[in-house]
Amino acid sequence: MSILQVLDLGLAILVLAIAGWTIAARELFASVVGYVAYGLLLSIVWIRLHAPDVALTEAAIGSGVTGVLLVTTGARLRGAGGVETAAPPRLSQRLMAGALAVLVAAALAAVVLLLPEPAPTLAPEAREGLAATGLGNPVTAVLIAYRSFDTMLEKVVLVLAVVGVWSLAPDRCWAGAPAPLGRARPEGALLFLDQALVPLGILVGVHLFWVGADEPGGAFQAGAILAAMWMIVMISRLTEPPRVGARWLRLALIAGPAVFLATGLAGGGMAGGFFAYPAGFAKPIILFIEAFLVLSIAVTLPMLVAGPPRRSPQS
Amino acid sequence: MIETPPALAATAGGSLLVLAILAPVAGILLSFALGGRFAERVALGLTPIGLAIAFAIAALVWRSGAPLVYNVAGLPPPLGIALRADGISCVMLAAAALVIAAAAFYARANFATPKGVMEARAPLAFWILVQAVWAALTILFVGGDLFNLYVALELLTFAAVPLVCLSGKPETLVAALRYLMFALFGSVFYLLGAALLYGAYGTLDIVLLAERMRALPAVWLAAGLMTAGLLAKTALFPLHLWLPPAHANAPAAASAVLSGLVVKGSFFLTVRLWFYVLPALPGGAAEAVLGTLGSAAVLFGSVLALRQERLKLLIAYSTLAQIGYLFLIFPLASGAHPWVADGWSGGIMQTLSHAFAKAAMFMSAGLLAESLGHDRIAEFAGAGRAMPATFFALGLGGLSLMGLPPSGGFAAKWLLLRASVAAGQWSWAIVMLAGGLLAAGYVYRILAPALSAGAIVLEAPPQRSREAIALALAIVAAALGFAPQSFFDFLEVGRAAATALR
Repeated sequence: MSILQVLDLGLAILVLAIAGWTIAARELFASVVGYVAYGLLLSIVWIRLHAPDVALTEAAIGSGVTGVLLVTTGARLRGAGGVETAAPPRLSQRLMAGALAVLVAAALAAVVLLLPEPAPTLAPEAREGLAATGLGNPVTAVLIAYRSFDTMLEKVVLVLAVVGVWSLAPDRCWAGAPAPLGRARPEGALLFLDQALVPLGILVGVHLFWVGADEPGGAFQAGAILAAMWMIVMISRLTEPPRVGARWLRLALIAGPAVFLATGLAGGGMAGGFFAYPAGFAKPIILFIEAFLVLSIAVTLPMLVAGPPRRSPQS
Repeated sequence: MIETPPALAATAGGSLLVLAILAPVAGILLSFALGGRFAERVALGLTPIGLAIAFAIAALVWRSGAPLVYNVAGLPPPLGIALRADGISCVMLAAAALVIAAAAFYARANFATPKGVMEARAPLAFWILVQAVWAALTILFVGGDLFNLYVALELLTFAAVPLVCLSGKPETLVAALRYLMFALFGSVFYLLGAALLYGAYGTLDIVLLAERMRALPAVWLAAGLMTAGLLAKTALFPLHLWLPPAHANAPAAASAVLSGLVVKGSFFLTVRLWFYVLPALPGGAAEAVLGTLGSAAVLFGSVLALRQERLKLLIAYSTLAQIGYLFLIFPLASGAHPWVADGWSGGIMQTLSHAFAKAAMFMSAGLLAESLGHDRIAEFAGAGRAMPATFFALGLGGLSLMGLPPSGGFAAKWLLLRASVAAGQWSWAIVMLAGGLLAAGYVYRILAPALSAGAIVLEAPPQRSREAIALALAIVAAALGFAPQSFFDFLEVGRAAATALR
């Protein structure tokens, strides 16, 4: 057994252990922390599987943004009171849920081992088509060229998620702003974090977007990092969540899918098919779309974390 | 560049399929950006456009007798995404366009932005979400790629769940959360199955998968996971717990869309899965299980509907039962037997007639609740005389639920009965007859007190135009009973290739 294999085995055991701990933890906060750690470990697993794009996404979205979302939810639930005192499920229910989970996991594990070897894949075709798109990263090509239709629709799902969250607002607060993310008086450490991390984070985000065309990275990871930077600034109360009625906010939220849709429609007239790119211009158009996607993702994720409007528009 | 094989080539007019999807998607974005009253105007303005596109697609398929195909980005599968409209896609597209348009015009009274404000919460959300339901269903009906269909399922979930709790009352929030749990469970299981199929065959395209399909363990597990997920979203017994509170507590226009169309979206995908992706699997057991669950749903849902005190809950439980009939399509239309044409026609007819009948009934129930101030069945005495058009719509819809002529429900159950007799599978026939009797019981329970004499004071008379909308849908449900043979032939378009694989 080589040293890497030993490390992989250790990683696998650690992932399983953290997953078990996340489920077993009694405290909501503890299990959220477990979940974030689990996501970070998973992203290392993806790197070991030579899938850096997935690793970046897992770290940024699966662990990062979801973690913030869960922590915020937990804090609000505690504020609402009485949540963790609810009667726990009966032992029989827990046993049944556990048995079902074990059954599905075991069946999946068995079947994955039985899958054909080598696995049938579209990776060669995806790489072959790269020349036509002018891109260097086949993952980006799948997302923004071959299956751009799916990606556009997923961005619309994000808009709907925002609509769904906002629809939970009390009527009198409509078009007002969500509650602030942080405490009234931020600590010095948080302000230091703002000064040290945020400029750097913005640079990293823009860089990830720019290199995403040819290297691991892309709109989603870049947008997630920029979103995190905006959230840090909001948590330290240097800025407040905007009013949900603000025109600029609405436009920023739909900019990505709208530009995507418009170029997709234009392709029907100019490139011989909806969502096709005219030969020779694919790369600049793709970067153009991605820039707006980054903007929309960077605005959407913090608005999901901020939650529905809680303050009436006058206040 | 390799030549595209004929099975995957695009057809003339295929671009209509993309437009059918992009129109409501553009509507969502436009409504969200402009906000306020524009959301309503965009949604209403879109209904004639969407209707025109849906009927144009149906006309093209009818004339050519072959499915309409479009490869998005000009890239054929397996690398690209294909959209395909066959006979059943066309009728579902048309039904969705009609029911959504009706629901939108019906909802104007409830979801107008009040005077004096720029924008209000519930109207903005409603107009955006209803367009999102439309977009998601359109993709589900024409999607040819399992992952594209997953995105449509997600779109549908995120559109349907907030509709349940638009009123903001605590009990609707509980219902919406429970719905969300079931729907997300369904999504995860579907996605797991789709990933397994990609792992086994290296493609997500339905036509390519069907050609390569073998009965591998991975395929069986994928089929089981995807089916379980889709059943949870369709609320088939025993995964039905979320449906009655969600559908009964939503605003009436939303209930009409949720009960009439949304559950049909995941049912349609189940049909796609078993009849178009997996027809090469040795049949029998899985189909029998689905048919048995459907039968249990018919009996269980009908008995519970009989026992409800409130009209909206009764109609919601009746949806559980009527969903059960849909699943008889699996034992009665699979394989290469002489009776499968009847089973297929009956199953699809049930999907259509229930969509119209149930939408009409929920809209009528909404009008009743607004005019009476409650929907307690026991206190309906005299209401039939005060609101005749509303009760006529309820009665016509009920006719279809019972399966009495003339109605689409009768045609559907008659065809299913004929198929089960021809197949010698008598148990389904008995369930259908029992279900019809029970439905007669719960429809009688609505109509009998309403038709009895009694003095009733309406808080406000129902709007004529809204009564007309509900009645029009109920009449469509009844008129489906007169569908000619050419209509049932149309439902077979695009199915021949799939059944030939057996």
